[in-house]
This record gives sequence, C-alpha cells and structure tokens, in this order.
Amino acid sequence: MDQDTLNQIITAAIAVVAVPAALLGYIYGGEWVIEHLPDGVQKWIRPYFWALPAVGFATVFMVYPMLRTIVFSFRNSADTEWMNGLSCNGQPCSIFQNYIYFFTFPDTLTSLRNSVLWLIFYTLFAVGLGLIIAILVDRVHYESLAKIAIFLPVPISAVAASIIWKFMFDYQPTGTTQTGTLNAVIGLVGHDPVAWLVNSTTNNAALIFVGIWTATGFCMVIISASLKSISSEVLEAARMDGANEFQIVRLIVTPLLWPTITVVGTTMIINALKTFDIVYVLTNGAYNTDVIATQMFRQLADAKYGRAAAVGVVLFVAIVPLMLVNIRRFQQQEEQR
Amino acid sequence: MSAERATARPAAVGAGAVSTVSNWGYRLQRLPLHIVIIIFCVMWVVPTLGLIINSFRSVSDMASAGWWTVLFPPHGFTLASYQQVLAIEGVGSSIISSVLITIPATVIQLTIATMGAYAFAWMKFPGKDIFFIVIVGLMVVPIQMTLIPVLQLFKVLHLNGTIQAVWLAHSGYGLPFEVFLLRNYLGGLPREIFESAEMDGAGHSVRFLRIAVPMTVPAIASLTIFVFLGIWNDLLVALTFLGTSHYRPFTVVITGLVTSLGGGWQFLTAAAVLQMSLPLLVFIFLQRYFVRGITSGSVKG
Repeated sequence: MDQDTLNQIITAAIAVVAVPAALLGYIYGGEWVIEHLPDGVQKWIRPYFWALPAVGFATVFMVYPMLRTIVFSFRNSADTEWMNGLSCNGQPCSIFQNYIYFFTFPDTLTSLRNSVLWLIFYTLFAVGLGLIIAILVDRVHYESLAKIAIFLPVPISAVAASIIWKFMFDYQPTGTTQTGTLNAVIGLVGHDPVAWLVNSTTNNAALIFVGIWTATGFCMVIISASLKSISSEVLEAARMDGANEFQIVRLIVTPLLWPTITVVGTTMIINALKTFDIVYVLTNGAYNTDVIATQMFRQLADAKYGRAAAVGVVLFVAIVPLMLVNIRRFQQQEEQR
Repeated sequence: MSAERATARPAAVGAGAVSTVSNWGYRLQRLPLHIVIIIFCVMWVVPTLGLIINSFRSVSDMASAGWWTVLFPPHGFTLASYQQVLAIEGVGSSIISSVLITIPATVIQLTIATMGAYAFAWMKFPGKDIFFIVIVGLMVVPIQMTLIPVLQLFKVLHLNGTIQAVWLAHSGYGLPFEVFLLRNYLGGLPREIFESAEMDGAGHSVRFLRIAVPMTVPAIASLTIFVFLGIWNDLLVALTFLGTSHYRPFTVVITGLVTSLGGGWQFLTAAAVLQMSLPLLVFIFLQRYFVRGITSGSVKG
C-alpha cells in the first residue's frame, strides 16, 4: 500500500467521523446562538438554520447547476461567447445553434430515436413482465424463491450486468463453436449465430433487453407488495360469481393495481431516458446504438460544453412532464395526510 | 422476500375432500403456470450463473467452449482469472477507492438529509411548502443537467479528480430523495411525543437527537443500504469527476478494461464477480431491509 492510498484511507476515516461531529457542533452551536436571540427572531430564524445544510447542498449541486446548464446551452464550446453573431467558426448563426445541431445532425438524431425506443420498449416490458410475474408467482407456494430469482439482477451494477450479457451475446463466426449462451441456444435449432451487438437490426433490442432484465425484479417487487394488499374477499366474491382467473386479473386485479403501475411506469420512463451505463459499457454507442445520455457524455468528454448542455436540457425537458406528475401525486398524498 | 399474506388460494392443492383423480387434473391444469414461472426464473438466473462459472475457468477454456461444458468432467476450475485481474495495475487500488468513495459519501449525505428532513417534518416556516415541492421535483432531475457546472465548480475549488469531489457530488445528487423519504417517515411519527417533549422544555436539538433520530433508525438503515449500493454501483458520476484520476473506482476501471482490451477480455468475468459480490451479499443477508429500501424508493428516478 503506497503513501497516497494510506492518506486517502485516513482522510476517509476522518470524514466519516468528522462530518457527523461537525453537524452536531453545528446543531449545538447554532442552537446556543439562537437561544440568545430575541424571541421573535428565534422563531423566524430557527427553521432556516435547520434546513440550511440540506437545502444548501441541493442548491449548490442541483439548482444552481441546472440554471447554469441552461445558460451554457446557448453559448459556445469554451463558454466564451453567446451563440450568435459570428461565434460559429466565424459564420453567422442562431442563439439556438446547439439545439439546431442536436435536432439536425444524423448521429444525435439516431441517439434521439434510440432513446424513444428505450422509452417505449424498456418501460412496457419491464412493467409488463413485472406485473405478469407478480401475478403468476402469487399463485404458487414457491413464490418467495421465484421472486428472489427475478430480483437477483437488481442489486447488480449495470457495469457487471453488461459484462454478464457480453458473454450471453458473445459471437463466433458460423461453423465454429459458439461460446455465447444465446448463439449456442439458437444453434440447437439450426439457426446461424447472430452478432447481437453489432448487427443493427438486433443491437438496440439486445441492449434494451439487458435493461429490462435488470429492471423487471424492481417492478415485480413493488407491484407484488401492492397485490398483497388487495383484499382476498374481493377476489373470493368474483370467483363465487363464476369469474375465471383471466377475467379476475383483467377486470379486478389490474384496475386495482393501476395506481402502483403508474408510479412504477413513471420511474421506468425516467430510467429509460437516463439510460447510460449499459450502452456505454456494451457498445459505447457504436453501430447506431447511441442514446441521449451517452451522446451527452461524449460531447462533455470532447469539451463541447455548449452542445453537451443542450443535450442535457433536452433530456431535462423530456422529464419535466413526469416531474409535474410526481409533484401532483405528492400534493394529493399531502392532502390525505 | 416473504409473502406478507398467505398465498393460499381457493381450491388449494391438498384439500382433504378432493379426490385423487381431480387432484391430478388440477395439477395438470396448473402445469403451464409452473412452466412459465420456471422459464422466467431460468432466464433471470442463468446469465449471472454463467458469468460466475466462467470466472472460475481459464481464458483459453472460455474462448473455446461455453460455460455449460464445465458442468461435465473434466471441470478444469481455476482461479487464474482472479489472479490475472488483480495483477493488473490499478485494479486492486480501485477496489480500495470504491470503498473510500462509498462509505464517506453515504455517511455525509445521510447525516445532512436527516437533519433537513427533521426541519421539513416538524418545523413551520414561510416557504416550506415551496422548498419541499422543489425537492420533490429535484428527485427526478437527470444529473446530466448538472454535470458541466459542477465540473467547473470543482475546477475552481481545485477538487477535480479527487475523492472529496465525488463525496460532495454524490451527496448533492442523493439529498433530495433522502430528505423526501426521511421527512415522510419522520412526519409519520406520533405528534404527542414531540409535543410532550416540548412541554418538558426540550429544545429542538434534544428532540431531534434523542427522539427523532432513534425512532428513524429503521428508515435510515434501509436507506443506508440503498444509498451505499447506489454509489458502489455508480458509473456516470465517477466517470465524470474521476475519469482519468488515480482514484477511479472499480466500476470505472472495469469499464475502461472492457473497451481497451478488445480480445482476451474474458478474464473480466472475475472483475465483474468481485464487483457484484458485495451487492449480492448485502441482498442475500439483508434482504428485508434491502427490499424495503427499494419499495420505499419507488418514486425515485
């Protein structure tokens, strides 16, 4: 272990002790000061004093950067001038040049298309399979074991999941031994091996499937928890009236689960839009698999800050409706408190 | 992941009055159900299992035959991939970096979040509702929207490429969700306890440290696991703020190796197994807390 690592370990250990200690000091010290203030001031200042560390962090690392990113998106790469006048290589251009670039350049359009594909298929399948599996395993006595199996990929990082699937998708030329599980399986039925991640008809589907594989367990667990809260008397009554299992699921269970499904669905849509790790590790956007987030990271790594910021803003704008849905839901919950 | 309600359905197998014949008929009728469930389970377990098995094979074996062949003799298991991966410059230290990033970042954000959540749950102040709605909104903001300005901020503070920068960034990004969750939990505690403490002359510091924090331990425990694994598994934040630094965490180093190795990447199986062993162990041994953290966090983007 070198000196540098040792220093880092000591710093980390100090931080773990010092930050809570500093916060304690902040609380006791602050309260001591506040108690010596006039009553009126005390009442006014105390809540802000308590909320300050959290609100301050959120402001410095989220609110301020968001506003700054919006400003960046109208400026040139080096953040030296606005995108107007003669700042585009001496050519006249629009203040929206970074956005025009995003919506006209073929590469970025591909990433936009793929993000839409992710949005639709990842959300639909992760939530759909989560729902189906939750309903199915509710009917067998080995439910908890089956749920563990489906949930297993959730704790695994997207990086490890990508390596897992790099093996599943592994491709060897036709005629040689297939080491990838998928190609070995389709070889059993006499199909030629497929270069899943290179072939442009399969690669986006393959990447989205990896996403679905990691997310289904999450959807299943939440939907299942809500399924358990449906009163068995309701289902009992329906069975008495002669409803079959499919009718029960379609007409009773699914409508009762709908609020949960929308919550899970919103989360999945947001995840789909923010997808980064799987694409970055498995293809890094090659062979037309780029998504918005990998596109943004590439612009960032190339120090094209204006363009990267514009991509970030596009991503944010896509998420705003969902954010409003979440806020509305929160307000409704508050009214019920 | 225990079922909260008994899963016994009407006409459950083994009802005494059911004759053997109709029992078999019933079982046969349910066969497709079992087959579908088992197919799903296999699809969801086999990829991980295949990787773990492969990690104990030699690179030449991996390149010449699939992982399933090892189920038959000669097995030829070896730890060569693990030795090879740990011998690569930077892999060992990146595991240490991951720990050094994850633990302080988790501690920092949870202590700050608990204090903020207390203010939002038990204090009245003008603008509180607006502040909190902003926090609810911030939970889903893509961090891409913040990366560039934060990067520049760290440049000004001379923190770029340091572990401290990643602690701060993770803390900032994690706070809205944690404040939201803990505030809901704290707000659900019985009002009488806080009121009687106030009558007895206990100030906010006492009420917070002696009442609120101890009663919130279950929520904090679940959240700790959730946050800890989130940071352990993170790629984007570390990649942005520690991209080429000496302190790159494990995920970033593995990702770098995937792209730089080209052929002969097979021994990365061992790296992936090492990276995911911590989350899997946590999941297996702390399942209840883990699932609770996940379900309570269902609104997080």
